[in-house]
Amino acid sequence: MSQAETQQVQTLLGHFDDARSNLIAILQEVQSTYFYLPQPVLRRVAEKLNVPVTEIYHVATFYNCFSLEPVGKHLVQVCLGTACHVRGGPRVLDRILRDLKLGAPGTTSDSNFTVRTVRCIGCCGLAPVVTVGNKVHHHLTQAKATLMLKKYGSNGKPTESPAGEAEDA
Amino acid sequence: MPKLRINGIEVEVERGTTVLEAAKFLGLPIPTLCHDDGLTPYGACRLCLVEVKNGKTSKLLSSCTLQAQDGMEVLTHSARVEKTRQLLLEMYVATCPQSKRIQDLASRYGVRQCRLEPANENCIQCGLCVRMCEQQMMAGAIGFSGRGKNRRVSRPFDITSERCRQCGACLYICPVCEQRCHGASAETTLCNGCLNFATVCFQSYDDAMCFLDPCHACEVGGPFRQDVVVKLRPQSQASK
Amino acid sequence: MPRLHSLQELNELREVCRNAVDPKKPCLTVCCGSGCTAAGGNDVAAALRKALEKRGLEDEITVKTTGCHGFCEKGPVMIVWPEGTFYNRVAPSDATAIVASSSNGRKPVEKLLFKDAITGERVITEDEVPFYKKQTRVLFANNGRIDPKNIEDYFRVGGYSGLAKVLREFTPEKVVDSVKRSGLRGRGGAGFPTGVKWEAMRRQEATPKFIICNADEGDPGAFMDRSLLEGNPHSVIEGMLIGAFALGASDGFVYVRAEYPLAVEHLGVAIKQAEEYGLLGENILGSGLTFRLKIVQGAGAFVCGEETALIASVEGRVGEPQPRPPYPVEKGLWGKPTVINNVKTWASVGHIINRGAEWYAGIGTEHSKGTMVFSLVGKINNTGLVEVPMGITIREMIEGIGGGIPGGKKFKAVQIGGPSGGCIPASLMDLPIDYEALTGAGSMMGSGGMVVMDEDTCMVDVARYFMEFLEEESCGKCFPCRVGTQRLREILARICAGKGTEEDLVLLEEMGGMIKDASLCGLGQTAPNPVLTTLRYFRDEYLTHVRDKKCPAKVCKELILYHIEETLCDGCHACVRVCASEAILGEKKKPHQIDTGKCIRCGACLEVCKPKAVLVT
Repeated sequence: MSQAETQQVQTLLGHFDDARSNLIAILQEVQSTYFYLPQPVLRRVAEKLNVPVTEIYHVATFYNCFSLEPVGKHLVQVCLGTACHVRGGPRVLDRILRDLKLGAPGTTSDSNFTVRTVRCIGCCGLAPVVTVGNKVHHHLTQAKATLMLKKYGSNGKPTESPAGEAEDA
Repeated sequence: MPKLRINGIEVEVERGTTVLEAAKFLGLPIPTLCHDDGLTPYGACRLCLVEVKNGKTSKLLSSCTLQAQDGMEVLTHSARVEKTRQLLLEMYVATCPQSKRIQDLASRYGVRQCRLEPANENCIQCGLCVRMCEQQMMAGAIGFSGRGKNRRVSRPFDITSERCRQCGACLYICPVCEQRCHGASAETTLCNGCLNFATVCFQSYDDAMCFLDPCHACEVGGPFRQDVVVKLRPQSQASK
Repeated sequence: MPRLHSLQELNELREVCRNAVDPKKPCLTVCCGSGCTAAGGNDVAAALRKALEKRGLEDEITVKTTGCHGFCEKGPVMIVWPEGTFYNRVAPSDATAIVASSSNGRKPVEKLLFKDAITGERVITEDEVPFYKKQTRVLFANNGRIDPKNIEDYFRVGGYSGLAKVLREFTPEKVVDSVKRSGLRGRGGAGFPTGVKWEAMRRQEATPKFIICNADEGDPGAFMDRSLLEGNPHSVIEGMLIGAFALGASDGFVYVRAEYPLAVEHLGVAIKQAEEYGLLGENILGSGLTFRLKIVQGAGAFVCGEETALIASVEGRVGEPQPRPPYPVEKGLWGKPTVINNVKTWASVGHIINRGAEWYAGIGTEHSKGTMVFSLVGKINNTGLVEVPMGITIREMIEGIGGGIPGGKKFKAVQIGGPSGGCIPASLMDLPIDYEALTGAGSMMGSGGMVVMDEDTCMVDVARYFMEFLEEESCGKCFPCRVGTQRLREILARICAGKGTEEDLVLLEEMGGMIKDASLCGLGQTAPNPVLTTLRYFRDEYLTHVRDKKCPAKVCKELILYHIEETLCDGCHACVRVCASEAILGEKKKPHQIDTGKCIRCGACLEVCKPKAVLVT
């Protein structure tokens, strides 16, 4: 880490005292600052809390919120909760993966999108649901999903909106 | 000093004794995979399950983590325990068919079928290596990472930690890859090599596969066990 | 913000708050729970304020944003007070009409009134809406009436009077006794009698003692805890204060899952306000009670809803459950006595104190007292949150409140209790919903998620879906759960792909039974439930998959074929545009054809075909 980066990390960690119970809150702060958990920062956290690196690593890889890899510009989270599943969520996910040319949830080669699945964000009345960043897109269909991605700059096969499906999500 | 009953036998133990320790004291054999007396109990392999009375019903609890309590009623070989152990071992064999320890356990507890696809893995995540490295070798160079189906034993960031002294304790303590079983057949996934051996086994079978340890049938079964005779394999079949 | 030093001061402030608001003054409450926010609730509120300003009415008519009203299907929803006129599917563009109607003539805006899907009639007030009519709203009674970010609104509706009563008249033992007599059972899932848990805590001598509110709500399809925290966070705080008094706890934590930012925000505001008014902290209302409440956020792990995993998470460790015994009441957070209860359980405590244990015990069935909040979602007309007395039948929920299945489809099953629960089939529709009846049927109350499924849902696919969920969410520590969930999923995947056998069904049952018995924690012990219940009630569907290699519900991709009915196809070409594998051939205006060799059964064509010429067999 550079001098500036070290300073930035120091300031971030300075907001927390050294109690072990702060670990998850600290990692959340790091995640929201850097959009992932960089290795040098995690090692710094291990020192600060006096916890072995192996344990920090386990916590960092255990919880869904944390990523050890940088995420793309747009984080697309497809809800696969039961209500969304029953209302067609998996097909929407397949469509999104196909449009972004991803075989499985992950990050596109241009780092524009990271696609993940989540298990229920609690908007079951609006199923199927996909969030892009903080925005919740609801009542999605495959066609709406394609249109939604294009708004964020997807290079998927351009689809003319079929008759009657003009409105966006 | 809690007083409890195991298989109907009353025993009084020091506070803090586990049911596993109490059963061992009574000479009752309870199988384990993730347990080692020199390490903290883990409760992950679930082989040491015993049936504990709970009001009108009963529960299966891991004896290695269960502290003996006054008035506890424990069964180590009830039908429910045996059936659960068998199915558990069936799953273990499917996961690691090449582990001699697991094949031996399967033979001993009467596992006759393995209906699951063999996965041929080398780790059952018993955690012995992790605890060994941390508690006995004071290094903590390896640990678990991930969760659920993605959980595995790993080095942090997949880089060998500078805390690793290459001591080999993790290899030593591993119950799965320390000794390989070469008797697992492709069709059944099971070895069962020693299942039907009687006391005269070493005289009849020169190329007996499990010659490193006395087999359980010999230990426990005594003279010729008619009830567990399985179709014998032809002499010419070479071990892999 | 006057700090309250005594019960007297609280009562006085409550009077002031009540008198400050003229009940006859028009007020527009707009739902801004997560669901309606996603649907645009905040934009509606902003548009209303703007419209009022434009007409100079901003002092005569107030706009208030509230928490979740429950009727998410029809969001954004709002209510016009004092009449209680209920509007649904409100758009910002409706603001002018609404403002116009509230100020002169008071005639409701017709098109925004709820329209019964079957009778076609429009109703005016909330209690006339069938969705709400059959509910008994106790915990959610105030969700549509108060601004969750304003503690004085909570005072106005009687908030913290339960706490005051306890501090004035009760001993800790009396509180526990009250909770016990009410018959309240844990609303998180297992339904353990809360009073018994509290009694066990009182017997512990170690200190300090802790209480925790489990707001992890990981069950997909459940969002009532979220709505309660967003819409009425003080009701939970009050319950915890009463609990702290009864149990001798000086510190409490609310563990909220990371996926609920709005709930975290509203709860944070509520805690801060409670502290400012002296309702949290030291010497609360001069009673000598000290209680501090902190929010701890989860980081995305379903298993952290399990109490020992939750404790591990609060301690900053991985959420791996511990074998029980010992139970958290004995050895919980940092090894100290800890009581963990669900959001709805804590929220019930204040009501039990205020209205009495007998009142609470008078609702519900013999062994399941009180009301239960369900999230009714899936293939149902009226999705949303429903609060009903225990003992209501499934039929009344689905038909009476839910308004039946959309598209005239047939009801097939309802999944109750999330991934730990089971599917209840149509043949058991008259089953009363209570703890014992559900466990007897092989399911579980769980935290109250009810996902409705119709004839187009494949139950084998549902079982596979749940195992996929569980194999990822399992903490992975114990062998039967970690490997067992994977194995069950593999077998189900093979069955869905047409490669299953009847022996597989036996294997599923045997292994499922073993995983239930052998797993370390509740997640593993209930993981096989979806498989076992679907096998129990839908065995024929499984048999069709393994014997005939067919999927009756037409879901399992490898067992279905898409083709275009020539006589219905008008050649509009819409399907060709969305086809994922270029499998459709045809000239415009002429009937099209699907090349089944290339078709991947993604369903995009089915979605866009207006004449419904795409058929699935």
